[in-house]
Amino acid sequence: MSDVILQSIVKRYDQTVAVDHVSLSISQGDLVALLGPSGCGKTTTLRMIGGFVDVTEGKVLVGGRDVTALPPARRNMGFGFQNYALFPHMTVAQNVAFGLEMRRVSKAETAARVGQALDRVKLAHLAERLPKQLSGGQQQRVALARALVIEPDVLLLDEPLSNLDAQLRQEMKIEIRELQRSLGITTIFVTHDQDEALSVADRVVVMRQGRIEQDGTPDEVFETPRSHFVAEFMGVTNLLKGQREGDAHFRVASGELITVPPEARGAIGGMAFALRPERIEVAEHSGAAAVNSLEAEIENATYRGHVIDYRVRTPSGLTLVARRPAPALGGPKALGAGNKVRVSWASDAGVLVPL
Amino acid sequence: MHAKWVNRLYATMSAAVVAFILLPLVGIVWVSFFSNRILSFPPEGYTLDWYVRAWGMDVFRDGFVTSVQTAACATLISLGLGVPASLALTRYRFIGRDAIQTLLLAPMIVPGIVGGAALFIAFIELEVLFDHQIAGTLGGLLIAHGLIALPWTVRLVTASLAGTDRSIEEAAASLGASSLTIFRRVTLPSIRPGIVAAALFSFVISFIDLEKSIFLVGAGRTTLQIALVNYLEWNLDSTVAAVATVQIVIIGTLLLASDRYAKLGRAF
Ligand SMILES: Nc1ncnc2c1ncn2[C@@H]1O[C@H](COP(=O)(O)OP(=O)(O)OP(=O)(O)O)[C@@H](O)[C@H]1O
Ligand SMILES: [Mg+2]
Repeated sequence: MSDVILQSIVKRYDQTVAVDHVSLSISQGDLVALLGPSGCGKTTTLRMIGGFVDVTEGKVLVGGRDVTALPPARRNMGFGFQNYALFPHMTVAQNVAFGLEMRRVSKAETAARVGQALDRVKLAHLAERLPKQLSGGQQQRVALARALVIEPDVLLLDEPLSNLDAQLRQEMKIEIRELQRSLGITTIFVTHDQDEALSVADRVVVMRQGRIEQDGTPDEVFETPRSHFVAEFMGVTNLLKGQREGDAHFRVASGELITVPPEARGAIGGMAFALRPERIEVAEHSGAAAVNSLEAEIENATYRGHVIDYRVRTPSGLTLVARRPAPALGGPKALGAGNKVRVSWASDAGVLVPL
Repeated sequence: MHAKWVNRLYATMSAAVVAFILLPLVGIVWVSFFSNRILSFPPEGYTLDWYVRAWGMDVFRDGFVTSVQTAACATLISLGLGVPASLALTRYRFIGRDAIQTLLLAPMIVPGIVGGAALFIAFIELEVLFDHQIAGTLGGLLIAHGLIALPWTVRLVTASLAGTDRSIEEAAASLGASSLTIFRRVTLPSIRPGIVAAALFSFVISFIDLEKSIFLVGAGRTTLQIALVNYLEWNLDSTVAAVATVQIVIIGTLLLASDRYAKLGRAF
């Protein structure tokens, strides 16, 4: 178990730069999520750490040791593949034993460690099955056991949950998290699902076009996105473009002047006010005008089980999405399209981000 | 209504094609049991004598042995060259890759008789150059048969490799396996069905070859196909049909076995 340091790593293919000077320092025992849209270079970064893709420029250090030029077999890392990559002709036990066999561990010790690894993922009873006789979630667990039984310095997981259905994904997410905690193993995992990244990782690294866009704890990235891109990716549906006015105000392109938290960051060029739909209150057209409150009309209400999404439009043409708890969960009474309402939010409910 | 009509037409045509292919085979099998002394119709009665007679004739027995030996060697040659070639063709990008791919598949496209003549001429040229006999030797025959079998091995093994998942090899690497171990323990087992199919198919392709062999066999070393042609020049009885029936059974069995290992359809 070790810390991992990426020193300005670059991967260039003929035409494209897949990874563009990524630097990252991961402390021992951390679980880091590489998050970003398709094609942003997450897999390439992970595969460079694992040694499956040659690094064009830069260095990969593990526990202070430069592994940039080492083949995967000599890196002592566990790799979890998106499709699990179990050996189809070997039983579960043989799959898990493979790495120990390569390390010339004695028969008796191998048997003991394989048993222990399978116990850990609750699969001891399936040791003699072939991979094709297992469900997706079971295959995933075998893959984890196989990767962990060699006691790797680092665990690398490429979209480990993407092939599972919603409920299993939820279970495996927790299971991976608990395994990782109890073993204290430095783990880097790739995902394009922000929920997954936020709920599992100690640290979220958002990537865009081969670069790191933002790097922080889940709540930092969620609450204070540093760019329009991150805000959008984190599910902020309301991104109001406009200009800063003075210290505490912001002029939305459609004309409204709203109050924003005093922001130290320089306001060079265009900005957007990133406002989560959950932070917008919706009241029936009556109440007195407070700070950041606008008259609007409901264009459309979407019922989503535990919440209702209201798309509202102000007379000036500004469209906002507000998300309120469903009435059954203590939310306000449901409103329909055409209702006149007043939407409002606290002045610190959103953040300003550069475009 | 319309779709039903089209379906019926399609079924009828498929049946016609299958019948067209099968009828001669069925005919041969039938004829092999006729007791007529000279091949004629209708049958006067039925007998197994032709099988006994064929087995008793040296030309057929020797031809059979030669054919089996040749086919076995051709299989080894085509696997020995074809498996590494398939690996290189699917795993690496290199200059001339497409050219080599085309070249490897060429024997399948060039008509057998043309290929046979070309090989014969090439062998003669080489003989002149090196002052060493090739045409008419066992070596020459084996080279030719290896060549006709090779494209099938390349196709079948390539298809099999394309169907296997590279990430299992990477998984093995990350678990500490060397390239050789990865090949032996992971790659080979996953393409084994393709290799078995390629071996069976190579054997059949060599075993049934007439056109190339006819140029290249030497004195006293005829394959079964050539023995049959020779026999037909002077005789017309059901011995040939009996020999052919035995071949149909052998080849049919091998092809069915081969198809069980790797769907042959994938290679076409
Ligand atoms: N072998 C390759 N040759 C050329 N370009 C490549 C190669 N592998 C990846 N790329 C390119 O590098 C970029 C990053 O790819 P990568 O697979 O790392 O993305 P990703 O973030 O994992 O995306 P996804 O979420 O779709 O898996 C993409 O533009 C991709 O087209
Ligand atoms: Mg990917």
